[in-house]
Amino acid sequence: MTPRRTVSIVAALMLAMSVPAHAATIEITMDNLVISPADASAKVGDTIEWINKDVFAHTATARNGDWDVSLPPKKSGSLILKKAGTVDYYCRFHPNMKATLAVEP
Amino acid sequence: MIFVRLSVAIATLSLLSGAALAQAAKPTDPQIAHIAYTAGVIDIAAAKQALAKASNKDVKAFAEDMVRDHEAVNKQALDLVKKLNVTPEDNDTSRTLTKNAADKRAELEKLKGAAFDKAYAANEVAYHKAVNSALETTLIPNATNGELKSLLQTGLKIFQGHEQHAEHVTAGLK
Repeated sequence: MTPRRTVSIVAALMLAMSVPAHAATIEITMDNLVISPADASAKVGDTIEWINKDVFAHTATARNGDWDVSLPPKKSGSLILKKAGTVDYYCRFHPNMKATLAVEP
Repeated sequence: MIFVRLSVAIATLSLLSGAALAQAAKPTDPQIAHIAYTAGVIDIAAAKQALAKASNKDVKAFAEDMVRDHEAVNKQALDLVKKLNVTPEDNDTSRTLTKNAADKRAELEKLKGAAFDKAYAANEVAYHKAVNSALETTLIPNATNGELKSLLQTGLKIFQGHEQHAEHVTAGLK
């Protein structure tokens, strides 16, 4: 192994450790037209996984336009959080399904 | 009997096809199942007409959502009546609904382009409002079987979503 290669491996390891040190996956369900939990919090780098338990298609659509995740019947969809801030989101097909996601830096 | 005839007369006079729903006095579970299923069939037929005639992309997307959701609800309804061994029973409310919906479709058939889009979307708001009101005041309270009641409650949430979605589409057309 050449020294240069060792350096690059170490650098890669450090980079890998510094960013997603405690990246978590947060599960949010959509069941019977209810988003649960309706108020969730997460950190930048975390993954949100929405699990659609309904036989109806839903979406998780950010009101600020940042993201729009499609959730076919009985399927899940996920999103890696890239930006801090509180985002209100809803289902485009059933706008009465509403929830909030607080993303910390 | 007089009450039934009167309610049919009121429903027939009404411009809203869905208003008939509110007139059923005390429907039985087989009648409730029939009314709810019929209400879904009507909205699917309206959506298919819109898919053939609408020009606005939001209106078309909405119509696709209606077909998909109402078919999913009606499939659940069919599965449930089969499981419960209940035969949905045709009744005056279902018949009035079907007739009024056919009249509405004929009226919409004469329209074209943006005029059709507006009229369809406006009718979807009104129709879902009427169906939701009937679910809340008549169908859900009178359903005796727990599973039927629960399905109707899910239906109510879905249709309230449709009502808001339809309002949003309507607002976008102005």
